[in-house]
Amino acid sequence: MKAQDYQISSEKFKFRAMGDTLHDKKLETKPVGYFKDALYRFTRNKGSILAAFIIGFLVLFAIVGPWLTPYKVNQGDAYYANVLPKSELFAKLGLGIWDGVGTQSRVSKVTLDKYLAIEQETGDKVVVGDISETEEYEKNKKVTKYTFGIDTYSKVGIVLLEAMSPEEYLDIQRYQNETGIQVIYPITDPTLRTSAIAEQSNANIWFKTGKSNSLVIEYDENGNLIPIYKEYTGNDMYNSIRKEGDTPKYDYGIPKQNGTQWEVRVKYDEYYKYYHTEVLKDGIEYPSFMFGADAKGCDIFVQLSSGARFSFILAIIVASVNLIVGAIYGAIEGYYGGKIDLFMERVSDILSAVPNMIVITLLKYHLDVNHVIVLFISFFLTGWIGMASRTRMQFYRFKNQEYVLVARTLGARDRRIMFKHIFPNAIGTLITGSVLVIPSVIFSETSLSYLGIISLETGGVTSVGTLLSNGQAALYTFPHIIVFPAVFISLLMLSFNLFGNGLRDAFNPSLRGAEE
Amino acid sequence: MYMLKYIFKRIGLMLMTFSIIFVMSFVLIKMLPFEPTPQLGKDMDIVINQFKERGYYDPIPKQLFLYLKRIVLNGDFGICYNSPENYNKPVWDVFVTKLPPTILINIYSSLFSVPIGIALGIFAALKKNKWQDHVISTTVMVFISVPSFVYASLVLYLFCFKVPIFPYKTILSLSAAGGTYLSWRMFVSMIPAVLAMSFGSIAGYARGTRAELTEVLTSEFMLLARTKGLTKSQATVRHALRNAMVPIFPSIIGEFVGVLSGSLVIEKIFGIPGVGGLYLESINTMDYDLFMMLSSFYILVGLAAGLVVDLSYGIIDPRIRMGAR
Repeated sequence: MKAQDYQISSEKFKFRAMGDTLHDKKLETKPVGYFKDALYRFTRNKGSILAAFIIGFLVLFAIVGPWLTPYKVNQGDAYYANVLPKSELFAKLGLGIWDGVGTQSRVSKVTLDKYLAIEQETGDKVVVGDISETEEYEKNKKVTKYTFGIDTYSKVGIVLLEAMSPEEYLDIQRYQNETGIQVIYPITDPTLRTSAIAEQSNANIWFKTGKSNSLVIEYDENGNLIPIYKEYTGNDMYNSIRKEGDTPKYDYGIPKQNGTQWEVRVKYDEYYKYYHTEVLKDGIEYPSFMFGADAKGCDIFVQLSSGARFSFILAIIVASVNLIVGAIYGAIEGYYGGKIDLFMERVSDILSAVPNMIVITLLKYHLDVNHVIVLFISFFLTGWIGMASRTRMQFYRFKNQEYVLVARTLGARDRRIMFKHIFPNAIGTLITGSVLVIPSVIFSETSLSYLGIISLETGGVTSVGTLLSNGQAALYTFPHIIVFPAVFISLLMLSFNLFGNGLRDAFNPSLRGAEE
Repeated sequence: MYMLKYIFKRIGLMLMTFSIIFVMSFVLIKMLPFEPTPQLGKDMDIVINQFKERGYYDPIPKQLFLYLKRIVLNGDFGICYNSPENYNKPVWDVFVTKLPPTILINIYSSLFSVPIGIALGIFAALKKNKWQDHVISTTVMVFISVPSFVYASLVLYLFCFKVPIFPYKTILSLSAAGGTYLSWRMFVSMIPAVLAMSFGSIAGYARGTRAELTEVLTSEFMLLARTKGLTKSQATVRHALRNAMVPIFPSIIGEFVGVLSGSLVIEKIFGIPGVGGLYLESINTMDYDLFMMLSSFYILVGLAAGLVVDLSYGIIDPRIRMGAR
């Protein structure tokens, strides 16, 4: 080959930009900063997004929950103790769930007949669904036992109010006349009442029973119950709605203490409505507990939501105080190092080795204050140590890097280097850490009140741990009391763990692009 | 030689931490008013005199000296004076009688949860990103998060009440179980408590093992092992598993030291007559001698567990020196 074949003549070359000045092109893509990168990685993690939504929902529940129901935290109604969860909507739809109906299993004929008698007297459905029979041996005798659904609200039936003031007695009659709803039912004749000891103040026994220590029901020749209402005397100050077929035949009240008190039988749910709308005027219209009621008849919904509110407030305050204290402590430790570090590290070592239980017990007995304050102090005392050690670790990693050296050479002061140059590196782990503090604070508060070491009820607040502990006491008889608090705390821990994992991965720049 | 020096240094630091906390707790407890509660059949004058002789009304430094002297010379940790059940018994004796159930329950739970947890973790790691892994990882996440009192209630309600698989709801008393904690009936009555304790630790071990093993399985020495002709299972068992166990094993040892302390919540729910219940009783009745002794016990167990974990890292993998500069 010859050389001239490769010769390119100089005319073929052209200046690319003769006379122009060259500029760098402006970047057209948007910059991806630390937080943007983290946010991007976080949103890729479906589990954490779901967890974030669940947390949002739980927080919302804690914030608005107490306002959604008219009940107050410690407002109990003994007649509605342990009633099952009931939503008015579900009860109206008749789906068979969430309507306050429970199962009464394997009870005797007398018990079943008692419930049927309440049904006959009040006209409300008490025994719901089919009645199934089983044969069992009891003391070597074959007996039939009955299992059926029972409405825990309407089984309260009629209640005997033994000392009603005459004013209230007349006011209920006025209420009856205005609304047409019967509250007061014919009074039973005290001389005819049952001699069964356990049932003597039970106003639901409106029928004739045998003279026996246990309840034996007597029937007439047609198999019907025989009423034992007090015969009409006209001295009962009653001038209102009468029972069907009562052409004054019965009395409705018995005066006691020269008429300053009246003994009256009232249908309890109607009386409840009357009492709350006419007397207390507290916004409660009818008895209906969304999550059921506990052994004192307090609404579990309002207790759980205000307990959750307390827990969240406690946890957020503790987390933010710990974040601030821990960050400052850890920054000083990590930045100065040497003897200062050694000394401060010993202090936090010793504090972290003290079991929380001891701190709380000593505080509880030394300071005669509300247990809420004890709880706060004990969390502040040792809670910041984790934060401090995270910050310290980051400071050790970054304090000898070149850019820090540059900053120092340029005359930046210690405080500026610490918080402007090094601290931002620790923000990711600190945010993750403080988010994970929230469930751990709620968890230890729950355990402490569950174990009874801290009793928050004295301070007028309730907490999830208290509810769980109450529920545990009635685990076999009324499992619904423990279900909602247990579900709440489990969901909370689960979603915070998932959320925390997502945050940890999001703030870890080494995972950038790991999934693609 | 270096190792020995390191161990002594760590033990020394631990003892220093312990004595500082011990003295602090002692002083704070003694600053509280000393009031034995009056009970039926308890002559308060005699009780007060008894404690006066023991120096309970002396200045606090002198009390500390007497307390330590009695512990060293007589092994006397004080007398229960408020707890109704153990009234007037030496604290140490009460503590020793409460120890066996706590330890047994924890040992059963560890024996149960360690193999299952590790096996699940290995299985999940080998099936990484397949459905088996997803199922195990999700379940593990749920089980780690749910608090133990929720499990305990679930176990009690489902397996002791609704479907009574286990005959006893709380553990039997010593006499009902035949006079020893090691009898079969006692074991059966402990099963619900052991189950409730195990769920969380099974999940913990499974998660730890899975995380470690997946990391080791992708290392380059695994490729080397396969290249030199080992089968996958040989390479996994001989190389990957051993390396993955480096962080898992110390935590198992730590748990075995921690068996002494037990779980307050589980002991309360299942009525275990153990150290946890005794501790709660000492707090509620303000029985200071009992409280002081149990607190120091808990502090010591906690510190020792941490130390053992750190040291066993160094023994299992000599490259690691926890806390060394």
